[in-house]
Amino acid sequence: MILIGELSLWVALLMAAWSTTVSFAGGATRRADLADSGVRGLYATFAMILLASIGLWTALLTKDFSLEYVAGHISSTMPSVYIFTAFWSGQAGSMLFWALILSMYGTIAIATSRRGNEELIPWATGTISAVLMFFIATTCFKANPFTRLDFIPLDGRGMNPQLQNPGMAIHPPNLYLGYVATAIPFAFAIAALFTRRLDAQWLSIVRRWTLLSWFFLTIGIVLGMWWAYVELGWGGYWAWDPVENSSFLPWLTNTAFLHSIMIQEKRGMLRKWNVVLVVMSFLLAIFGTTLTRSGVIESVHSFAQSPVGPWFLTFFAVATGVTIYLVATRLRDLEAKAELESMVSREAAFLYNNLLLIGIAFAIFWGTVFPVLSEWATQNKITVGPPFFNAVNVPLGLLLLALTGIGPLIAWRKASLSNLKRQFATPASVGIITGALLFALGMRAPYVLVAYALCGFVMGTIVQEFYKGMRARQTIHGESVITAFRHLVGRNRRRYGGYIVHAGIVMLFAAFAGMAFKLENDVTLKTGEAFETSDPYGHKWRFVSQGISTSEPRDAQVVGVGLEAFRDGKRVGIIRSEKRTYKDSQNNQLFQPITEVGIRTTAALDTYVVLAGFRDSETAELRISFNPLVVWVWAGGFVMMIGGLIVMWPQAERRRAQAGYVAVMRPAAAGGEPVGA
Amino acid sequence: MKPRTKFLIGGAIVLGTAGYLMASSIRSTGVYYLTPSELSAKLKADPTFTDVGVKVGARVVPGSVQRAAGGKEYAFRVTDGSQTIPVVYRGIAPDTFTDSVDVVVGGRMGTDGTFHATELLAKCASRYENAPEKYRATPGYKAAQPKTGGRA
Repeated sequence: MILIGELSLWVALLMAAWSTTVSFAGGATRRADLADSGVRGLYATFAMILLASIGLWTALLTKDFSLEYVAGHISSTMPSVYIFTAFWSGQAGSMLFWALILSMYGTIAIATSRRGNEELIPWATGTISAVLMFFIATTCFKANPFTRLDFIPLDGRGMNPQLQNPGMAIHPPNLYLGYVATAIPFAFAIAALFTRRLDAQWLSIVRRWTLLSWFFLTIGIVLGMWWAYVELGWGGYWAWDPVENSSFLPWLTNTAFLHSIMIQEKRGMLRKWNVVLVVMSFLLAIFGTTLTRSGVIESVHSFAQSPVGPWFLTFFAVATGVTIYLVATRLRDLEAKAELESMVSREAAFLYNNLLLIGIAFAIFWGTVFPVLSEWATQNKITVGPPFFNAVNVPLGLLLLALTGIGPLIAWRKASLSNLKRQFATPASVGIITGALLFALGMRAPYVLVAYALCGFVMGTIVQEFYKGMRARQTIHGESVITAFRHLVGRNRRRYGGYIVHAGIVMLFAAFAGMAFKLENDVTLKTGEAFETSDPYGHKWRFVSQGISTSEPRDAQVVGVGLEAFRDGKRVGIIRSEKRTYKDSQNNQLFQPITEVGIRTTAALDTYVVLAGFRDSETAELRISFNPLVVWVWAGGFVMMIGGLIVMWPQAERRRAQAGYVAVMRPAAAGGEPVGA
Repeated sequence: MKPRTKFLIGGAIVLGTAGYLMASSIRSTGVYYLTPSELSAKLKADPTFTDVGVKVGARVVPGSVQRAAGGKEYAFRVTDGSQTIPVVYRGIAPDTFTDSVDVVVGGRMGTDGTFHATELLAKCASRYENAPEKYRATPGYKAAQPKTGGRA
């Protein structure tokens, strides 16, 4: 099976090359037989990649340590779930995994949209296959997971214990699913540009796949934050590290596109812009990979530096060049069909939303590549860190948050004064009251106050929208509260799913702002000694050291300390932090010792205990921090995921298939205004 | 004025503000990223360079890490092969910080010739993936060059 897998990989490369060639030839000569052959070539590529993947999984699960990849990433004492996920934990495996997802996506995308898109299909298939060919070739020649050692080690090196965490098992595949999904919109954008069929049709496919990409990136990013928070022990979840940034960039452009596409659907505007956004998401996904795999940028996420960097750079340059050429030669076909009518309109709000999202993306991009640029321009490598990213992104983010509230409520074309009053009176008062209340309670930091006032405002708009919609259904259809809610959301998935996503965003912003009140204490505690302090809410805490204990489970040696915690004199439990040293079956130490953080979570704050080290057998060095509102980051991420699911739910697709494209757009139109374009 | 023009003016203001924020915060928060050799070259050229916060990327000299009895103070040396700098760091070191890893230390060069770090990032190729050369050198494994299977 392993040998079959390896051979399949090479066959897949040939298949992808075939599919690329005949698809483009079929598109250019308009020959249906060539186009069909190209599509079949893509399907075959998927089958071959699947075989190769099964081969690698077989090697991992049968612990065939003669493969360098297997020996380098698992050990015989590891839990089997992590042996399964070791597939994508290393460079070579993740390249194969990427190809697997892309070929699967490509197959699904082409198979589900063949009917009615005959002209686009050959170009889209060709583009997907070309991207696929690149990934398979890189895997075959530069990062082959089937490379063998010429001896068979007794045991493998195992997986870093920090990666043996449920969050880490599903975080990378989610990111890959998100990254790779940007390739499908890209392929259809290229196809639409080639064929000059830049009407609404290609957009419906593109929107669906962008949404999917957005959805998985959201999950991937939030899981990554969660993993960093619970495993790495630095007490935060986002460090503006280049690798984090590069996952955030396509998320931002995807988000921008999902908003601006509404303007194109309703008003026929922003047609060039939308093509650019689609292409940008894909290029940023590739750029992110280039960045992290090439070692150009210093990052704490140092993946083994590898020879795939230059390949990615070349691919990135080619893809950018082709796109610029195509867009430049087709500007005339992308003329807008309408003009902006007023600054006080939903179009304008969405335009500013896009401007801010891209502004944020640009600032992050700039800060990430600045070390390279500055070295190139001035011979001095200058780095920027979290202060830069916060200084730029906090104000832009707050403006964006304000637009999250304004956009959905303001009328299309031109809002009247009465529209503004009717829609904004309540939410604006909620926002102002929230701000005033917090000010009265003693909160003074201006950014934080503004953030919470805006959170109140946006939440007010969302609740008002749901309330109005449900009231209308209750009066018109005589439905109960629950039925009204279900029908309201179910029959306007895009709109109300979107609001739910916004609610998640508000929770995230509230949580981010809460971190401004984080408190940290470095303490040294002997057995029985106590440390007293107060949390950001003014509650008195007392931590009593329970002493240092050791234990030896099967695959590790554990030294830990427990703290008995009291809040305002009441015992809340024991918070334990440990240092673990993992060993393989031969009792050799694997990796450096890792720290297990002790976290006690409540809605208001996390009590976060990190064991820094030992002074002697009795005395532990600890960092005890209070991280306010952290749980709302995970909750917000979960709510965004639910909102995304509601928007994507397939029933909407079925109705689209029955009723045609435009009819589906109507429910999304705020209150059923006429559909433009 | 046409709404389009108004929008463009608004957009220019937003982007201008963003640009200004970016430029000003790069000036105020950007720090030099240097190798030990570059740092000592800069110090030779300009002795007041000790006042500037810098980041130094280098490899820890094996065996040089000393932990003060207090526990949270580390003294070690970093090198880029040609220049070696002593470093003192107070704080919690990341799990990945051990002998001979690549580190980035942020702080100031003291007039005493010791680098006072307030920030310590350890990057270790084996953190997410075992570097092949390291893996082969592991005691107990026979040193060998891997070769591509299948065609062997």
